[in-house]
Amino acid sequence: MLRACLRGANATARNNCRRNPLTSVQHCRHYTAGETSGATKVVAAGLLTVSSGIGGTILYAKWDHKFRAAVEKNVPYSDLLFSLALGPSSQEGLPIKKQTELAQPPSMMDKQVKASKAKSEKKVKEAAESPAEESSPATTQPAQSIEEISQEASVEATHIISAIGEVPSVPAPCDTEAAAVKEECKECHDHKDTPVTAVVHPNTESPVAMEPLKERPVEEVAARLAQQDQEEQDILASVSASLEESLASSAKTTLQAIGAQEAALQAITQHTHKLKEAMEAEVPPQEKSAQWKDLEAALANRTCAMNDASTALLKANETLGSLKSVIDKSKGLNIAAVHPLVLAAEENLHNMIVDLDKVVTKVQSAESEAKIVSQYSELVNEAKQQFQREVSSLTPEIQANWKGLTGKLSADDLNALIAHAHRRIDQLNRELAEQRVREQIHIDAALEQQKLEDQKALEKAVNTTLQHVKEEARLEQERKLGELREVMEAEMRTQLRRQAAAHTDHVQDVLKVQEHELRAEAEQVLSSKMLEQETRYRQLNQEQLDNFTLDMNTAYARLKGMEEAIDSHVVAEEEARKAHQLWLSVEALNYTLKTTDSDLPTIPLKSAAEAVRDSCHDNDFALALASALPEESLHRGVYSEASLRARFNSLRSLARRVALIDESHNSLYQYFLSYLQAALLFEDEQKAPPTQLSREDLDPFKLLSYASYCLEHGDLELAAKLVNQLRGETRRVVEDWLTEARLTLETRQVVSLLSAYANAVGLGTTQAP
Amino acid sequence: MAEEHGRKWDRCLADTAVKTVTGLGVGIVFSVLLFKRRTWPVAFGSGLGVGMGYTNCQNDFRLPYLIHGRMVKDQ
Repeated sequence: MLRACLRGANATARNNCRRNPLTSVQHCRHYTAGETSGATKVVAAGLLTVSSGIGGTILYAKWDHKFRAAVEKNVPYSDLLFSLALGPSSQEGLPIKKQTELAQPPSMMDKQVKASKAKSEKKVKEAAESPAEESSPATTQPAQSIEEISQEASVEATHIISAIGEVPSVPAPCDTEAAAVKEECKECHDHKDTPVTAVVHPNTESPVAMEPLKERPVEEVAARLAQQDQEEQDILASVSASLEESLASSAKTTLQAIGAQEAALQAITQHTHKLKEAMEAEVPPQEKSAQWKDLEAALANRTCAMNDASTALLKANETLGSLKSVIDKSKGLNIAAVHPLVLAAEENLHNMIVDLDKVVTKVQSAESEAKIVSQYSELVNEAKQQFQREVSSLTPEIQANWKGLTGKLSADDLNALIAHAHRRIDQLNRELAEQRVREQIHIDAALEQQKLEDQKALEKAVNTTLQHVKEEARLEQERKLGELREVMEAEMRTQLRRQAAAHTDHVQDVLKVQEHELRAEAEQVLSSKMLEQETRYRQLNQEQLDNFTLDMNTAYARLKGMEEAIDSHVVAEEEARKAHQLWLSVEALNYTLKTTDSDLPTIPLKSAAEAVRDSCHDNDFALALASALPEESLHRGVYSEASLRARFNSLRSLARRVALIDESHNSLYQYFLSYLQAALLFEDEQKAPPTQLSREDLDPFKLLSYASYCLEHGDLELAAKLVNQLRGETRRVVEDWLTEARLTLETRQVVSLLSAYANAVGLGTTQAP
Repeated sequence: MAEEHGRKWDRCLADTAVKTVTGLGVGIVFSVLLFKRRTWPVAFGSGLGVGMGYTNCQNDFRLPYLIHGRMVKDQ
């Protein structure tokens, strides 16, 4: 039983490898025939064997899946049998598993992809959001920065403005500040320009003056101010000079006048005194003449002094008048600094006038006294004269001077004189009585006259004193006014100074800021302009350079072209020469291929190949080709096609004989079988090979017939290809022939390539006319 | 290659012939000496010789295809 099983196994194994399974059944039948003699027994035994074989196969296939697959593959309908007996093979489950496995990872991949997609979407969203956020902060940042800058600028400005705002003066921007400056200047002008008498409320006047103002530039205002100051200074100087001059002159003259008046007064008093003395004093006659001389001298003195006094008075009055006119003129100039001078001059004038008036009154009183005295003296002189005349009329020979005539008179004269005297005394008594009678009337009249005169004098004195007092009061008022004005001026000046200081500070700050801004702007503009200029310059430069380089390049290119053309001509000629040489050498090589006998190889191609190599030692392609010649051909030479053909024909029979031997089946029995096959099988001597070989064409006999056909028709290559399809022992047998054929083919191919190349090169180098 | 084939055949046949004859002879000897002139040793010996020669011939022909180890079959 075991043997049967083993035999069965062997049979199945042989079934897998061989073509005819019938022999196994025959073998089995042959072996089992010895046990019983009946045909039925034989048949039963055979059937049993077969069934056991099949059953064993099925069992073993159930256990060994690979065996099952092998059997299914080799025995045509065994897969049906196996599926009936065992069910579908378990190998079918594996692809499903694989599919599930494949399905799972893709699903996981999908999930991953989805997750990654989600992530990427998230990221994209985030990225979209963040750029938006970033852009918005970015946009807000510049806006913020701009705002901040503007805020800062405004903050700075407000700081400045607030800092300025602390000062009581108005923190105005530049335009109005200038206007304010000008206004203030105009106020100053107004202050300076208002006349002394009119200015009582400068504040009320300044608003009035402010309205019709136009804006003037500060420099003009300053210039005007300076000019006005200068003018004032000049005027002041001139006025002061003139005042001083006139004051000096008037003082001098007044003093002179006063002196003259005093002198006159002195003279008058002296004269009066002398006169009185002369009138009343009883002095001896010698001294009387001296006295009278003194008196005359005194009178002359007095008259002289009076004249002098009057002239001096006139002069003084003149100068005083001029002084007054000067004062009035300077008053008319309306300059503040002049006032004190004017005031002083006026005071001086007043004092001088007062002094002069006093002296004049003194002189006048003295004069009046002197007048009285002189009247008295005149009366007395008149009486004396009359007496003298009477006396002289009475006594013509007596001299006038009766006091000195005591010794010279006679008794008649004396009697006449006494009678005259008595008569005179009577007359005088009568006059005296008349006078006494009229005394009262005369006294009343005199009193009246005196009263009138006194009143007149009083009036005059009162007037003068009133005038003087008025003048003094006016002067006092003016002085006080001047002082007040000064005080106010000083105050105003301090306030203005303060305001000016504040203003300068503010202006400084604003100027600083402005300067900064303007500088930045200017720098920016400058830099931009510079950049522009630079870029333009650079551009022009670059353009110029480019043009130049372009021209140079074109010229150079043309030169190069010409040079290259010439070189290429030279090169082409050289190439042509080389090509010719190459062609010649290749032709020589080709010729050597043809020098062959029927069975011997050609002469070695070495020399020809060397020649070819020499002729193309700088051409890689040709060198490669030349070196691609097989060594055998170089050393030994190659066989011709005819010899190969003959050899093949002799090889063919041998190949046919070992057609059945392949790598695995090469026992001697197989050799016998293949010999039998070769003897029994007939095929065409030559058969045209199809364009495409199918599986049946790979039969060695067919291949050999195809190859013969090809060889007969000169297609060594195809013959070699077909022969290459042989396998197994036939292949081994024709291996030599195949290598030879290959060699020949190689050599021929190389040579043909070389010749083609040489031809091509030659064609290429020949220049068309 | 063709010549080698022919040469192999020559060698093979000669070798087989020699072995057969040798086996025959050995068989005869044994038959005569030990086995009382039975025919089976002769047949045995000649068969042995033929077998040896056959195997040798086979191995000689297989030589180029012989891989040490085992024959690789497609599985």
